[in-house]
Amino acid sequence: MSRWFSRNLIRIYMVLGFTYLFIPVAYTFAFSFNDAGRSNLVWKGFTLKNWQNPCGAPDICTALGNSLKIGIISTAIATILGTLIAFAIGRYNFKGRSSTNLLIFLPMATPEIVLGASLLTMFLNLGINPGLTTIIIAHVMFCISFVVVTVKARIASLDPRLEQAAMDLYANEFETFRRVTLPLVAPGIAGAALLAFSLSFDDFIITNFNSGTVATFPKFVYTAATRGIPAQANVIGSAMFFIALFVVIAGQLFNRKRRVKI
Amino acid sequence: MAKDASTSAQGDLVLSNLTKSFGDFVAVDDLNLTIPQGKFFALLGPSGCGKTTTLRMIAGLEEPTNGKISIGNTDITYAKPYNRPVNTVFQNYALFPHLTIFENIAFGLRRRGIKDVDAQVKKVLELVELPHLADRKPNQLSGGQQQRIAVARAIVNRPALLLLDEPLGALDLKLRRQMQIELKWIQTEIGITFVHVTHDQEEAMTMADTIAVMNKGKIEQMGTPEELYDSPKSAYVANFLGQSNLIAGEVEGNDGENSIVNIKGNKVSVPKNRINSANKSVLVGVRPEKFRIVASGKNTSGNILNGGKVSDVSYTGVSTQYQVEMPWGQELMVFEQNDDNEPMLRKGELVTLSWEPVFTFALDGSENVRAGA
Repeated sequence: MSRWFSRNLIRIYMVLGFTYLFIPVAYTFAFSFNDAGRSNLVWKGFTLKNWQNPCGAPDICTALGNSLKIGIISTAIATILGTLIAFAIGRYNFKGRSSTNLLIFLPMATPEIVLGASLLTMFLNLGINPGLTTIIIAHVMFCISFVVVTVKARIASLDPRLEQAAMDLYANEFETFRRVTLPLVAPGIAGAALLAFSLSFDDFIITNFNSGTVATFPKFVYTAATRGIPAQANVIGSAMFFIALFVVIAGQLFNRKRRVKI
Repeated sequence: MAKDASTSAQGDLVLSNLTKSFGDFVAVDDLNLTIPQGKFFALLGPSGCGKTTTLRMIAGLEEPTNGKISIGNTDITYAKPYNRPVNTVFQNYALFPHLTIFENIAFGLRRRGIKDVDAQVKKVLELVELPHLADRKPNQLSGGQQQRIAVARAIVNRPALLLLDEPLGALDLKLRRQMQIELKWIQTEIGITFVHVTHDQEEAMTMADTIAVMNKGKIEQMGTPEELYDSPKSAYVANFLGQSNLIAGEVEGNDGENSIVNIKGNKVSVPKNRINSANKSVLVGVRPEKFRIVASGKNTSGNILNGGKVSDVSYTGVSTQYQVEMPWGQELMVFEQNDDNEPMLRKGELVTLSWEPVFTFALDGSENVRAGA
């Protein structure tokens, strides 16, 4: 008995750990099938109608659409700008490089609530009405730091001799970047983009300050909580989780296939 | 892609007054060197002697502070790396990890827009005896295989010049020996000029037609392996290429082809053409394996040094290495081949050392005996 226990201790620990991590997700998923009515807090019976009609709750899909739009646009901008910054910091020695390196960390370390409030003050002082644009500006701002940090790590692990070898083999600067540098840094950029999207999609605090009348998905859920969150929110939440899971698994499989391929 | 007159240059590689400084540090100091077309040339020296910087300037990865690099009549001093007929085998191979072996080798051909990539890649893969690995990725290959692919990737372009930057440094001893022979064979086969940078004197001697020994950004001596070994011109070269016993003495007179040198009362002969000193006071050099060692009182011939005492013995199988303390306090190194029935001499035994005069060289007496050791 005790031998069985010591041999399987690591497995038991693993099961407990994962249970702890996934109970909230399981809860969300289960309650997406709840025949809830107004408030989705008590189990009232199984139904598929929430999944059949995810836009059933008023305004939920407008909010979701806004969140996706904001997420995609801010991710694109933050990824491009952040990657360029990462290359500058990772590859070139210039005056103020180390202070740039430090300053890039600041937005990550600053409490969101402070950032959100200051941004709103700034927009109001500049006479810009809060809305989709201000949300995107705010999201790009806080996503850039994460992109820079992620991509920079990838660039740092890149052997400069690979680029020298490409130049030595008749590739000019542009060809070297296109054929060697970019493909090797690409996994880092892709990871950074995924991270940026999830940060943007998820953000409530900064968005809430700077969104004016525009509703995003987190904002919708927050507002709905006062009246009772519709089960459709669980449907969308679960769907997002499974999409993320799918992307990660697909990425892993793709990588493995590339490695195994003889 | 980028075609340039300089990519088709042919001829000897000439470095004139080549200098490279990093701030106050002079890595390469006014180097003048001609490397004849088709030769296997080695730049030999300890780390920090400027050999890799020289190589990187020839490759175009480093810009000279001063001086000129040309191949034949084409000046390539400031040409971009992709505009010169030079390819490099990097120290850690620098194979592109995201490309297959085939695409790694095809890289240079494709960039130059060459047509029959397939045939050429296959041919070079056969030359390095790895045609079955074309579809693998570099990280699926062993160190020795990666090394050969790195060579293949460079020579497939038929450069005027192939640069090798410590290419065997990461391999184990046995594989290194094998690759030395293989590289030499490939060089003879394709007839491209090889410039090989290494700190391993044995590697340089095995492969190169000509060796330049570098020290502190300058060339100490250049010549065939035999010339460097048998007649070094400085204590640095004498100690860096193999081991040397350097014994202080005074030139006293002549005896035909030889000069007579007095070593603490022992008269020895040194061939005149091996004396690289204008001074009367010299350092007489004898390689450890040239010594004969016999018990004191036994007969021996040639140059003789009496009164030695064995202070250390170590048996290595092929030979026995003796450390012999001379009456004037100097320890001399003696390698004795284990090819006879003579009993091994014991520690503390009195011995006589002798050697043939032709195996002697002499350096300027003001040289530092320990230089390059």
